[in-house]
Amino acid sequence: MSASGLAAQFTELMLAVLLAPLLTGWVNNCRAWLQNKSAPGLLQPYRVLGKLFRKEVVLAHNASPLFRAAPYLIFGSLALAAAIVPTVGTDLPLNAAADAIALVGLLALARTFVALAGMDIGTAFGSLGARREMMIGFLAEPALLMVLFTASLISSSTSLATIVETLAHKELVIYPSMAFAGVAFTMVSLAENGRVPIDNPATHLELTMVHEAMVLEYSGRHLAMIEWAASLKLFVYSCIGLALFFPFGVAGGGDWLGIVLALPVLAAKLAVGGVALAVIEMISAKMRIFRAPEFLGTAFMLAVLAMLVHVLLEG
Amino acid sequence: MDVASLDAALALAGAWLAIGLLAMAAPRSLALATRLLFPAGAVIGLALAVVALHALFEPPAARLLPLGLPDLPFHARLDALSAFFLLLLGAVSAGVSVFACGYLRPGQDTPIGLHCLCYHAFLAAMALVLVADDAYFFMVAWETMALSSFFLVLTEHRRAEVRRAAYLYFLIAHLGAISILLCFGALQGGSGDYRFETMRLATPPDAWATAAFLLALAGFGAKAGVVPLHVWLPEAHPAAPSPVSALLSAVMLKTAIYGMLRVTLDLIGSPLWWWGIVALAIGLASAIFGVVFAAVQSDMKRLLAYSSIENIGLVMAGFGLTLLFRGFGMGALAALALTATLYHCLNHAFFKSLLFLATGSVLHAAGTSDLNRLGGLIHRMPWVAWCALIGSLAIAGLPPLNGFVSEWLLLQAFLFTPGLPQGYINMLVPVAAALVALTAALSGYVMVKFFGVAFLGQPRSELRAAGGGQVHDAGFWERAGLAWLAAGCVALGLAPATVIGMLDPVTRGFTGYSIAEHAGGWLLLAPIDPERASYSPLVILLMAALLVTAAWLAVRAFYHGRARRAPPWDCGFPLLDARMQDSAEGFGQPVKVVFRPAFLISTQAPSPGDARPRYAELAEDRLWPWLYLPVARAVERIGSLVALLQRGRISVYLVYSFATLLLLLLFVR
Repeated sequence: MSASGLAAQFTELMLAVLLAPLLTGWVNNCRAWLQNKSAPGLLQPYRVLGKLFRKEVVLAHNASPLFRAAPYLIFGSLALAAAIVPTVGTDLPLNAAADAIALVGLLALARTFVALAGMDIGTAFGSLGARREMMIGFLAEPALLMVLFTASLISSSTSLATIVETLAHKELVIYPSMAFAGVAFTMVSLAENGRVPIDNPATHLELTMVHEAMVLEYSGRHLAMIEWAASLKLFVYSCIGLALFFPFGVAGGGDWLGIVLALPVLAAKLAVGGVALAVIEMISAKMRIFRAPEFLGTAFMLAVLAMLVHVLLEG
Repeated sequence: MDVASLDAALALAGAWLAIGLLAMAAPRSLALATRLLFPAGAVIGLALAVVALHALFEPPAARLLPLGLPDLPFHARLDALSAFFLLLLGAVSAGVSVFACGYLRPGQDTPIGLHCLCYHAFLAAMALVLVADDAYFFMVAWETMALSSFFLVLTEHRRAEVRRAAYLYFLIAHLGAISILLCFGALQGGSGDYRFETMRLATPPDAWATAAFLLALAGFGAKAGVVPLHVWLPEAHPAAPSPVSALLSAVMLKTAIYGMLRVTLDLIGSPLWWWGIVALAIGLASAIFGVVFAAVQSDMKRLLAYSSIENIGLVMAGFGLTLLFRGFGMGALAALALTATLYHCLNHAFFKSLLFLATGSVLHAAGTSDLNRLGGLIHRMPWVAWCALIGSLAIAGLPPLNGFVSEWLLLQAFLFTPGLPQGYINMLVPVAAALVALTAALSGYVMVKFFGVAFLGQPRSELRAAGGGQVHDAGFWERAGLAWLAAGCVALGLAPATVIGMLDPVTRGFTGYSIAEHAGGWLLLAPIDPERASYSPLVILLMAALLVTAAWLAVRAFYHGRARRAPPWDCGFPLLDARMQDSAEGFGQPVKVVFRPAFLISTQAPSPGDARPRYAELAEDRLWPWLYLPVARAVERIGSLVALLQRGRISVYLVYSFATLLLLLLFVR
């Protein structure tokens, strides 16, 4: 555990927690521009969070302690997930504690608590959202795991730092397996973050919503934590994508200069990623919820295919 | 050879039997059973766990028992594998027995003393199965276990469905027992010597070894509940009282896994690689089948029973992987897969007994285990709810609890598979790993349903305790039992390196490799090499706790902690009632849609003019019409043909004797 490692770890965590709403703001802005609307400004998510934090919390009469604890638990596990993914440096102290499988586990933990909190009040929308979220989860989670496994097989390690180092420092070889995995990962991250075509983050149309339906009963600081956690989730998924498919520009161990240089590279990559997300959302239509299994089933099959391709062609 | 531990284990099993017999002194005294005998049984369980923990690190010890038939004495032996399963039995049964002290009521159908006798005979029989060292003793203990558990399932024998469930269990248990008996027959290789010692030394030819393996797979598979021999599980578990369901699912299924490991890895000794493929395929089929069916159940106990099929499937998949690696002589990987298998056995024993007992508490406190009538129990029984939450998160395979560790190990074992000498098996492995990942994700779905529908939301019906009265939280004994098992789930999750150190003697004995040497200290779990993969739940928990507390404190410090109570918002809809929540079927509906071909679905839809419309949809197991009913019909037909001989007239029977005699004379001459 080196000083630069600790610094990289701390930078990464703080970066994720503080800048996640900015990424959401950027994506929203891009979307607004593409739709020829006037954009709300990059800092809008912070204003929303600030407003929610100042507001009073209104709890339903039968809200249990689980309901009150869930926002913090969700935020904590997603922040931890953000700290695991190497974005700035690969020499992270937390890397030994949690690998790619643990990362998927942490994301699943957050999802489980969102779903349980959605069921806590006992409203029609809450359980509807929880059911849909868990359905998307059980199809998306194995696909994500298979994508990570493909990368693990290439670098023969499930440690995210080793994966990034191997993929970044190999001479430029195109892995066909990673191409399949890339498509699968894009589909999974669209679904997991509640983006079009699975869910629409801007909608409150009752019959189509997933994420919004679960958090309908939240207000005030609890809602702020949940919204912040949702931004963090988008940030985490973007960073996983960058780590697997565009791993260059990440600092190695003991490389102070590298850590400083990695920051603008990361910002640029995230900005491009945000534009790509906005474009995907623009050109696709929201699908009916019962088409979602088909969409995610395709992602799962592509991810399994990626692993097979690796075993057959690259093994 | 130090036989002290073996003697202690045998004495403790004897003590369990003695407790059971003591209960017959006053078979109707509730106080005797629940204040003296069951607590004593729990203490014995703990003592057994301590003895087993000690014995894990000792060399194997064997002794001859002064029991059995003349010239056919019982042999007993305690090695690391037996010790590991004894540890599981002791530790889990202690929690279950403590819970039973508060749970048991004066029996309506079966006197409490008789129940106590069967319960402790069951425990003793399981302990004896684990230390038996010859086929004769093993079968006697195995059948005692089957019989005592049959009577335990029959506790409420006045209900017809209980009798049906018990009969089904009995039937499949005996089919399995026949298969196991034949397996030992194949193993003794014509020597007539049924001691495990000689079987261990002999090397049977491949054909006989394969026959023995397949017979063991069928026999122990019937007990473990792998597909297609699983049908008794979802019937027997709900029929039995909750502590018994917990023991059946948590411990008895593991004795079948023990049998399978004992026969293939120890008695046969040199598995062929393709056996691994068979076990892997059966395991994965069971896992997917179990979890998909668990998702559509509406009875808590049936849901848990299907979930047991899933978990046994995962254990079998790990076992198959072990055989595969052993067959190819890859010792280190075999050790990793075996560690995952054993770890999952231990985990499943803890979280499944925890959830069955929590279900028992719900059954007593709210009078039903039907999810469609429950809801909102977290307010009325917080103790049970929080313990059940720990169990649910553990079974869903979420870090930092114990289910995640064994899942992690199993997936690691899959990831190291490329490198097998057979190209096309390498190709199958990604598919198998994908199925394991799918199972794990689906079990998360199932557990959100289990916990969310029963404990969260609003009560779906007017709930009354079993004996009348208000819904109440569990009493002291029940809480103690639940807390013990929940603590086990947390401890097994947080200290994987220590647990793997305990599993080490077993894996070293069978594969020659030690995982613990690489495990990298008590904090970090790194089974092969920290460069390849490592996991530290304690660090994850600490970091997560730190972040959660920091977030909470920061919100309090910068803003405020005010909250106001109001009616639920629900998009401004004022007429909210409890029936608008998802029912159990509703929550399972996406799974029913996605995996539609797996189910046999019968729908009962109302006609348009129906004044009292009712809608019902039943998702059933396709194996009943495809496998069980045809077999049952064939048996009946053969039976009726045989019955033609039975005329009920003595003259006809004399003709049979005469004809037989003639026939024999023809041959013997």
